[in-house]
Amino acid sequence: MRYLPLTDTDRADMLAKIGASSIDDLFVDVPAVAQLDGPIHDLPMHASEMAVERHMKSRAGKNLAAGDAPFFLGAGAYRHHVPASVDTVIQRGEFLTAYTPYQPEIAQGTLQMLFEFQTQVARLYGCAVANASLYDGSTACWEAVAMASRVTKRKRAVLSGALHPHYAQVVKTMAQFTGDEIADAQPSIQTEPDLDGLISRIDEETACVVVQYPDILGRISDLSKVAEAAHAKGALLIAVNTEPVALGAIKSPGELGADIVVGEGQSIGVGLQFGGPYLGLFAVRDPKHVRQMPGRLCGETTDAEGKRGFVLTLSTREQHIRREKATSNICTNSGLCALAFSVHMTLLGEKGLRELAAENHRLACMTADRLAQVPGVSLLNTAFFNEFTIMLDGKPAREIVRDLADRGVLGGVSLGRLYPGVEALENALLVAVTETTTEDDIDRLATELHDALAGTQAKEPAQ
Amino acid sequence: MNAPNKSGWKPQMEVTEDGLHNGPMTTTGNRALMLEEPLIFEIGHSETTGVDLPEIDESAPTRLAGVERSEPIGLVGLTEPETVRHYTRLSRQNYGIDLGFFPLGSCTMKHNPRLNEKMARLPGFADIHPLAPQQSVQGALQVIHELGDWLCKLTGMPSVAMSPKAGAHGELCGILAIRAAHTARGDARRVVLVPESAHGTNPATAAFAGYEVEDIPATAEGRVDVAKLKERLGPDVAGVMITNPNTCGLFEKDFREIADAVHEAGGYVYCDGANFNAIVGRVRPGDLGVDAMHINLHKTFSTPHGGGGPGSGPVVFSEALAPYAPLPFVKKSDEGEYYLVEEESGDECGPTFGRMTAFHGQMGMFTRALTYMLSHGADGLKQVAEDAVLNANYVLRSLEDILYAPFADSGPCMHEALFGDKDFGGDLSTLDLAKALIDEGYHPMTVYFPLVVHGAMLVEPTETESKASLDQFITAFRSVTERALAGDETMKQAPYYAPRRRLDETAAARKPKLSWTDPE
Repeated sequence: MRYLPLTDTDRADMLAKIGASSIDDLFVDVPAVAQLDGPIHDLPMHASEMAVERHMKSRAGKNLAAGDAPFFLGAGAYRHHVPASVDTVIQRGEFLTAYTPYQPEIAQGTLQMLFEFQTQVARLYGCAVANASLYDGSTACWEAVAMASRVTKRKRAVLSGALHPHYAQVVKTMAQFTGDEIADAQPSIQTEPDLDGLISRIDEETACVVVQYPDILGRISDLSKVAEAAHAKGALLIAVNTEPVALGAIKSPGELGADIVVGEGQSIGVGLQFGGPYLGLFAVRDPKHVRQMPGRLCGETTDAEGKRGFVLTLSTREQHIRREKATSNICTNSGLCALAFSVHMTLLGEKGLRELAAENHRLACMTADRLAQVPGVSLLNTAFFNEFTIMLDGKPAREIVRDLADRGVLGGVSLGRLYPGVEALENALLVAVTETTTEDDIDRLATELHDALAGTQAKEPAQ
Repeated sequence: MNAPNKSGWKPQMEVTEDGLHNGPMTTTGNRALMLEEPLIFEIGHSETTGVDLPEIDESAPTRLAGVERSEPIGLVGLTEPETVRHYTRLSRQNYGIDLGFFPLGSCTMKHNPRLNEKMARLPGFADIHPLAPQQSVQGALQVIHELGDWLCKLTGMPSVAMSPKAGAHGELCGILAIRAAHTARGDARRVVLVPESAHGTNPATAAFAGYEVEDIPATAEGRVDVAKLKERLGPDVAGVMITNPNTCGLFEKDFREIADAVHEAGGYVYCDGANFNAIVGRVRPGDLGVDAMHINLHKTFSTPHGGGGPGSGPVVFSEALAPYAPLPFVKKSDEGEYYLVEEESGDECGPTFGRMTAFHGQMGMFTRALTYMLSHGADGLKQVAEDAVLNANYVLRSLEDILYAPFADSGPCMHEALFGDKDFGGDLSTLDLAKALIDEGYHPMTVYFPLVVHGAMLVEPTETESKASLDQFITAFRSVTERALAGDETMKQAPYYAPRRRLDETAAARKPKLSWTDPE
């Protein structure tokens, strides 16, 4: 077995040293009812690297990779070009095979990276402090709601109807157990978000208002109005961002008055990976809220010789110290994804991120205009960054998405899949466009969408 | 039994009067291959970038609702060569399994096979969208289904939830299922029992789920006190959370008896699977009466720890809890198609407690873990557990004559050996010994955990260390232990040879500096 260095001679020598006659002697404390007579049945025996590779490739080969088709999916996960050097860095064994930096003297690489990462995220979000990452955007969203309850000592969260429905579901799932009251809503199919409706739901019992920016339909609005309304009632504004590239083109949520900014960092450096691992980003605008934050924080300090160094800090908030009184039960974060994000963000820099955002927006505008010319298609949004909603005249988008896939085009995410059973949203299709989208892709989508809506039979997908 | 260091070689710490190493200071602060590296904010510029993108056409119209960014973000960029060098230099200030022995107890720092990395990067896995039409991702759904099947068979449990993102998230999944099951029958139980030796995540999780946490006392031999536990069971106890093998490194031999008693009292049994590596392929927790157990794919199944994640924490369930599992999950139709159950309403879905995360779980970890399982097979995984346990017992019996081992007489240890700092000389403590081990070229074991042993040192060698590696570690460990017993005060300043000396954690917490501020 290629991963097991002990030889039979070693094993015999070691058993002798231990004073055991066989390996079974070391498992004597396992009760008879759980003793097995050999390897577990009904599973294969060990296999060579070559055989395993063949097995895994047979699975991978059944999937249509985003890079092999015109691709327009978003809704919380976006396909961006990741520079080659990002993967080179994260595959360095010193990063890949390290643990949480509990021994800071020999973990300065991870710690300095986290300090840089925290700074990048805080600046991107327009906040004072960001943590060292959480699991993903949806769990970060829940952690923000929980934190707002701790800060305001209130238990009612008002969710915008245009918050990603999976994020809303995660929040509602957790709230069942913590006793938080969640006031949610469904998105209204309007060209602009209904901010007045949202504001009218804020009252003196409200701990926080949760707004996605840009929202699930791709719409953008000035959050400062919501921030003012929330603050007037003593509530916090939580802004959720699922596409960090957008913040290269639009004002940061912190700048618009959000108190806690959370989001999904996957777009920068991480890749699609069928939904995980991703990267939860979490930041607060006001440094006085730092001690209520969940998750790991890296801070600067000095060593015994006076040299600058970094450590995990404020850990009295955390489960391994506070146990049942911790701010969260989180232990592992998303360290390697944070590294990928940080490396990619360092390659981009201010200039690259702004150019990347502009290019995304330019191509999205081009796509929106092109699709709006397809008979039976109308564009919902007046404003958007790189994702927008189109309405399909009299056709459920879910069926059209499947039809497009048969035609070799990954055409978008249907709101019917995100909001099953909600009739008003059935005909809406979310279309995302990034720098990886080519003009040929846009043409293909427009043509195939035309045919699909016209009910023309799908041909064999182009290879 | 414990042979002295055969080579007779003994390290000589050459420390000058000022407590520093020999040799002159360098102008750069570098020490040959040990290179100091500034922060990106000190070397990067807002106008520098390492990517080639089209220049912004300022005249192009935008549709950004009037919230166009007007202020700078405050980011800096580096070109590719500068970026690669920056992170390469940082990486060299890190200790990883690739570099040496990393016996961090309860973390299972085993070798991370590179085939796993290669497979996870196949475009058919790495470049697919979580909401892609299901007909276009049949192979991905198959992998999730296949991995779930392995986990069920290895644990002897009928059902698995794949979406939890890490161990603590998996614990939460299990406890929420327990709470949902009680709620479903209108049984409002308030208390979860957790042993004192448990990981901090256990009480934090139970408290989060709305339970009061009560300690289960341990016996002198380091196991759950079954009599006391049984006494406490009653109509208010929702369940127990027990780590098995436990954090003292011992198998809970009365686990079945405990489980039966908990079930009889109407409660459920959560098993923390953090230590599954000791029994994988050899013992099935399902045979011991477990109702829910999370499995850390980043421990037992070799997915990389990555400097603190990402992890992955699927949870296996008994028949009783399976209906409450979170969405989404993968099923296979009679026609052999794989599909996702994502909707709470449909016929496919039981009384689920809801959704824990946006998508389907840590696919990148699933491909790595399945690759690992296929490589080992049922026979190889059994050997994994046996070698892990053998290595730990070898360490225990090679050090117990010199180092206090509180549970050495409680039978064989499982995959980790526990020691305490009793009899250390002067005011030396476990921390000093750990830092001295750093100078010897090792990542220290887990220290001060579990809390039930003074100055605890938890050593988990894993099965991927050779005997030669263990022998060298034992030699080094004996030498630092001898120094600690003798009260060698130079240990108070260790490490001497790491990229940094001891860091001032008190100052870091008193006046937190958590992000870079540009100089005025």
